[in-house]
Amino acid sequence: MKGLIKIVVVTVLIGSVYSCNDKSKPNYQYFPNMYKSVGYETYGEYEVFPGEQEALIPPSGTLPRGYSLYEYPNTNEGYDMAKQDSKNPLDSTQIDLVRGKELYDIYCGICHGNKGKGQGKLVKNEKILGVPSYGTRDVTEGSIYHVIYYGINSMGSYSNQLNEEERWQVTAYVQKLKAEIN
Amino acid sequence: MLLLQVIFITEYFSFMKKSYQNFEDNSTNNMKQVKYRKFSLRFLLTGLLFFLAISASLHAQDGDPDKGKALFNTNCAACHSLDKKMTGPALRKVEQRLADDQGLDREWLYAWIRNSAGLIKSGDAYANQVFNEYGGAAMTAFPQLSDEDLANILAYTAKEKEIKVISTPSGDDGIETDGGSGVSNNLILAALGILFALLAMGLYMVNKTLRRFAEANNLDLGPETNRKPLWKSFVENQFLILVTAIFFLLISGYYAYGFLMQVGVDQGYQPIQPIHFSHKIHAGDNEIDCKYCHSSARVSKASGIPSLNICMNCHKSIYEYNGATTAEYDKAFYDGEIKKLYAAVGWDDESQKYTGESSPVKWIRIHNLPDFAYFNHSQPVSVAGLQCQTCHGPVEEMEIMYQYSPLTMGWCINCHRETNIKVKDNGYYEKIHAELSKKYGVDKLTAAQMGGLECGKCHY
Repeated sequence: MKGLIKIVVVTVLIGSVYSCNDKSKPNYQYFPNMYKSVGYETYGEYEVFPGEQEALIPPSGTLPRGYSLYEYPNTNEGYDMAKQDSKNPLDSTQIDLVRGKELYDIYCGICHGNKGKGQGKLVKNEKILGVPSYGTRDVTEGSIYHVIYYGINSMGSYSNQLNEEERWQVTAYVQKLKAEIN
Repeated sequence: MLLLQVIFITEYFSFMKKSYQNFEDNSTNNMKQVKYRKFSLRFLLTGLLFFLAISASLHAQDGDPDKGKALFNTNCAACHSLDKKMTGPALRKVEQRLADDQGLDREWLYAWIRNSAGLIKSGDAYANQVFNEYGGAAMTAFPQLSDEDLANILAYTAKEKEIKVISTPSGDDGIETDGGSGVSNNLILAALGILFALLAMGLYMVNKTLRRFAEANNLDLGPETNRKPLWKSFVENQFLILVTAIFFLLISGYYAYGFLMQVGVDQGYQPIQPIHFSHKIHAGDNEIDCKYCHSSARVSKASGIPSLNICMNCHKSIYEYNGATTAEYDKAFYDGEIKKLYAAVGWDDESQKYTGESSPVKWIRIHNLPDFAYFNHSQPVSVAGLQCQTCHGPVEEMEIMYQYSPLTMGWCINCHRETNIKVKDNGYYEKIHAELSKKYGVDKLTAAQMGGLECGKCHY
């Protein structure tokens, strides 16, 4: 009888230690009100917001500070217009090809390849196919920017990962790659 | 095939010539020859038709499907798949389908591929129908593809669908050895357990037999000695009690300290996320840069939980998982997770359109600093140029993400004391860097010497 009690006590002890060690639950907090922000935090869940999400899309017709309006629509005609008329607002002193390369390698190189020949890691792994080499495509700075802004066919838009200035930096770098291929 | 056709043609011509000569020679005196000529002409005409029909069908199959596959993957696969509607229609047996359903021949396809916009403008009915069916997505013109290239591509699309042999996870080598070693370990343990049980039983039996033997032989085993119990002598010894008490106090103090110090520390926290996202596959196997998805880490306080449109940058094309699997996470599991993404973002994979019905994914936040400490990702990421792995650990190996570092103040401070700041290519601060180095008498400045230990940097 005594043995049985001992066994039960040991199992309960070990069991409780194990259950307290649950990796899928956060730990205790000492004075939790020191941990939790009074203000709304990024990605927080609060009743005041639609869908209780702090993360919201900006209302239509508004522009973030420091951005300018991109007036070409996301249509075939818009693409053609941008290809002809849209020009890089950065002058040669503002274009920073080192930063352009950094950004290009993060966002574009994964498919288009770091040399722009369409041989990125995802293409080599046969995850995404049919990525063209910049050398074979008739692109201008306007059309490059337009495609980064809206995406085209299977390519998505990168306007939320790159801001306006960064998009133009990447555009300049893509033009450099295209010139190097040809 | 071409050679055969040439032979056919030369034979055909020589035959015709011969018959014609016969006709000329005999026309004047023998009317039968006319009949012969008619007969021969009809024969030849049917032969010609037959030949044309054969050559047309032969023509459709020439071209090298292997070369075609390479061309297809580099030029077409961005928008077309063989068996699945993507930006453009599925292309398996496109030539046959067009011929059967629309009565359009290969020349029409060539014209479409080389300049679809021109074909649409020319008012071609089917061209306009396809253009409108796919939401007015303009197909890139491919004037650089030669007839031979296009024939190769069409040969590739004409191939029958290969039925994939579904390999069971156990067929995978890596898993087999893994499972094998697990099983053998368990087996060894079980065998050892049984061995010990047998030994214990053997000893007990030996003891029992010996006792019975002694009893049978009337041997006196001696009386049970009436010794003082161990605990009683322990209680009576006051020095031992004191030592034990100190010992227990120290031990419990140690554990109490350890317990209190880990309150609020979530190192190793590994919640189950609503969609199983494997950092190992994305950042490890496919080497996607951390900042591709967590783009705001470059420029802002929060590193950013990627919005679902970033997932869809790739998963619009990648609708199934074809990488390495384990017994726990097989292909069906990963494909199911991609389906969950589609449901959340409201993407209809069949029609390749957004339905507009989306439901946000409630990701569970892992890394969470208390409100009284301020931390901004852009500082170490963009200014110092640290690798994300410095704080987040080997994320590219994590099937399930967990918190690698304790994120305590001591941990922050320690790194600031040890890490040299990046002074290279930082011309603006050159002078102040030089002066600070002189002040501290060091070659390389650490973050701490730059003021990285000031309370107000993080607590305000």
